[in-house]
Amino acid sequence: MYSLRTSRSFGLLVSVLLGASAAAQVTVTEPWVRATVPQQKATGAFMQLKAEQSMRLVAGKSPVAGVVEIHEMAMENGMMKMRQIPGIEIPAGQTLALKPGSYHVMLMDLKQQVKDGDTVPITLEFVGLDNKKHTMEIKAPARPLNAMPGKASGHGEHKH
Amino acid sequence: MHLAPTRVSPFLLLIALFFSAAMVGCDSARQAVRFHAADVTGVPYGKDFRLQAVDGGERTLADFRGKVVLLFFGFVQCPDVCPTALTRAVEIKRLLGSDGERFQPIFVTVDPERDTAAILREYMRAFDPGFVALYATPDVTRKTADEFRVHYAKVPTGSSYTMDHTAASYLFDPAGRLRLVASHSASAADVADDVRLLLRER
Ligand SMILES: [Cu+2]
Repeated sequence: MYSLRTSRSFGLLVSVLLGASAAAQVTVTEPWVRATVPQQKATGAFMQLKAEQSMRLVAGKSPVAGVVEIHEMAMENGMMKMRQIPGIEIPAGQTLALKPGSYHVMLMDLKQQVKDGDTVPITLEFVGLDNKKHTMEIKAPARPLNAMPGKASGHGEHKH
Repeated sequence: MHLAPTRVSPFLLLIALFFSAAMVGCDSARQAVRFHAADVTGVPYGKDFRLQAVDGGERTLADFRGKVVLLFFGFVQCPDVCPTALTRAVEIKRLLGSDGERFQPIFVTVDPERDTAAILREYMRAFDPGFVALYATPDVTRKTADEFRVHYAKVPTGSSYTMDHTAASYLFDPAGRLRLVASHSASAADVADDVRLLLRER
């Protein structure tokens, strides 16, 4: 089993490790994962994505999860629905937010509890206009279950 | 007035009708201003529930008399809506200050297959140990949701499933009557205002 490193100060850094090919094209800022309680099997990862040229986030992988999917939330007649989507378009030059109420990277079939302060590695897979695949590994700090959406949770996350 | 019923002129009737209609209009307008959330006072549904508490025993609305109850239906394996709604409840309680002691959030799972008492207990503890989580058999869960006009459905995703569910929160006055329905997007400040109004009613 992959062991999570606990690093509260890590969030102070821009928490991105750039994969060689995607380095120039995509920037990921403020990634975070919502912590879980024991036996909880699913949670979401949130972040902001910016691409110089149009990119599509199409998949993900993580050592903590058996299954990673790209999800979208939508409100329909007062019902909140969560759906897997084939990908998220990141328009050139714009910042796209994966945040509560819209998109997230869904981590399912969790192999262990994600505790507040843990660092969760996630490999994101993008497809560019050239149809080439780019991967990027990010390290997303876990925020407590009751983290306010959109707000840094007092862990000193890097703010832009 | 000394008009015999047979002698009421149609004109007067019209005037009376006009005024009563205008008053009803004013009344509902006033109510809409009074509360931020939708006022559902007097609706024939949402009367009560009888569900299992995670620490054993059953709970009904009567167990929470004297408090404003905020009732929310959700599930633990939910990355987004449910923690957001419960986090808002934490914030509402904080905003209420000392009134927060008379504010009781209740979380009812619509996923009793996965949300065991043990998980629910841990889940509530992650937000506020004072919050109450309730569960029931799939059958009773469905009946309870129906009683509150809450919809939910199991939707497969990958090798697992997720739950679509009504995202609104229900607010009960200290006498246990369903009064308001707050939408998922309502701010903590607005809901806290409404809770305060319900607590101060007499
Ligand atoms: Cu999801």
